[in-house]
Amino acid sequence: MSVTARLDPQSRDSLRLAALLAPTAALFAAFFLLPLARLFVIGGGGDEGWAVYATILTNRNHLDSLIATLLLSAGVTAVTLAVSTVAGLFLVRHRFPGHAILVAMLTFPLAFPGVVIGFMVIMMAGRQGLIGAITQALTGSKLVFAYSMTGLFLGYVYFSIPRVILTVMAAAEKLAPRLEEAARSLGASPWRVVADVILPALKPALLSAGAIAFATSMGAFGTAFTLATRINVLPMTIYTEFTLQANIATAAALSFLLGLITWAALALARSFAGSSVAAAG
Amino acid sequence: MTDRFHLDAVPIRLESCGKTFPGGSRALEPLDLTIRGGETIVFLGPSGCGKTTTLRMIAGLESPDPGGRVWFGEEDVTALPIERRNVGMVFQSYALFPNMSVAENVAYGLKVRRVERADRERRVEEMLDLMHLGAFAGRRVDQLSGGQRQRVALARALVVRPRVLLLDEPLTALDAKLRDSLRLDIDRLLRGLGVTAVYVTHDQGEAMALGDRIVVMAKGRVAQIGTPRDIYHRPTDGFVADFIGAMNRVSGQAQSGALRLGRGAFPWSGPDGPVELLIRPEDIALAAEGEEDTHLDGLVAAAVFLGDRTRLVVETGDGPPLTVDAASRSGLARGDRVGLRLDPSRLLNLPQP
Repeated sequence: MSVTARLDPQSRDSLRLAALLAPTAALFAAFFLLPLARLFVIGGGGDEGWAVYATILTNRNHLDSLIATLLLSAGVTAVTLAVSTVAGLFLVRHRFPGHAILVAMLTFPLAFPGVVIGFMVIMMAGRQGLIGAITQALTGSKLVFAYSMTGLFLGYVYFSIPRVILTVMAAAEKLAPRLEEAARSLGASPWRVVADVILPALKPALLSAGAIAFATSMGAFGTAFTLATRINVLPMTIYTEFTLQANIATAAALSFLLGLITWAALALARSFAGSSVAAAG
Repeated sequence: MTDRFHLDAVPIRLESCGKTFPGGSRALEPLDLTIRGGETIVFLGPSGCGKTTTLRMIAGLESPDPGGRVWFGEEDVTALPIERRNVGMVFQSYALFPNMSVAENVAYGLKVRRVERADRERRVEEMLDLMHLGAFAGRRVDQLSGGQRQRVALARALVVRPRVLLLDEPLTALDAKLRDSLRLDIDRLLRGLGVTAVYVTHDQGEAMALGDRIVVMAKGRVAQIGTPRDIYHRPTDGFVADFIGAMNRVSGQAQSGALRLGRGAFPWSGPDGPVELLIRPEDIALAAEGEEDTHLDGLVAAAVFLGDRTRLVVETGDGPPLTVDAASRSGLARGDRVGLRLDPSRLLNLPQP
């Protein structure tokens, strides 16, 4: 007789559950917990010791970079959600020739690495860019914003839109038209219908898509690296500390912080949306 | 029911309201119809007959083809969208707002109309009590049964004192027992409130029980308009006769002023030749085989015990089998032979669809 057979049914179930969870737990430990713990320890193992975690928050440069990254990601998330909700709803509710091709094209940016996105921003708003040429012709002065926060913002919005728009479209397909008709029959204007019926119904999808857009913007590197010069976001700061200044402890501490903040943002979104983010994110 | 809940009885008039969908398919032939103030009118027909399109046109969710007009009393509302028509709507799928509690659902229309908070709360409470939902005010919608949800939907539609109450298959999603009890509730409510009501259904039982008048529709046209009794006893064509209740077809032979039907002969004023007549199951009496005055003999091919009666399918060897009702305790069973007596005054001779 086996060992499990002698246990009562409940402990047998827990044992079986533990056995089934073991592979996932091992992977989680090997590729997430251990590296993170190691990162945390390396952060505290430099010349400054554990004080580094206090220093990065008081260091002007690091703090600026952290705040800039947070503001950028929040802005990207807000604009992406606004643009994608309007576009996603429109695409679900209107069929026209070329509809399928347009939807496929909107998902295009997903395939590009950050470097290519950066390159596209430069082609549009760089020194030799399209917008520069047009403004030169019209006003005589060249408008160039590719190498600034504005350029980075545009690039991030561009590659965040597909992720959000696909989630919004999937959720919008499931909206019950009768709910909107009921609200209208009770006197609700089209705007009220949006506020009282459509947005609440889309809320879980918007929260999960927004969390993904936020997390991606927090950690994205390729685009920032391509546009470089005047941009000070956290992934760039980490890169500089790590490769150029060989300040490994600070780089590790910043990485740990980046992970922590992003995780906190996702956890916050999850607590608002119930369990739906866990499934989507 | 207190007088406070009595609503204005607004008559509704449809003036050559047709509907052609983009792509050219005709959902509704131009329709003229006057619904009296306070009347409950039921649109009845199979799916695709145009009944829902008509309801949505009254609601303001569809607009009639050019030339069509919708009147609420003396006001032409053709160009008004639904949110400005002041109607109440109840849907098959309940369509309650999932992000709001029962009380918030009912309060929604008042909130949109900017009714003052104290007044709003009082009216919501009264309406919830009227619908026996007082205990559920704070509940989430998904904690309610189907019947309770539909009562919330009714309360939500009525609390704003609509000019007309529109009900689109409100009982279809419920199981049989709930359907009966809610139908009685709706009947009591519509009589008590005196509101003009338009009710769409494919269920003839609901139509008969609720309608002051029934509009039977088929293929985008009105087949017959009348009281439930008119429609049942005096259908104007074969479609209406078949759609409402059970109907039998018997064939006879007309010859020089007499109609021969089995062993019987009835006075006949029509032309000579074969004639097909309709008769309801309850207008055929059962007798022993070969008994005097019977018109037809038959063999019971099936007997379905329904509790209060037994529905028999009788083969007469001439034309389609007949449906006849036997008393609950008659004991007739498959294989028995019976005689049938037709009530000559109840035989219907109708144009076929």
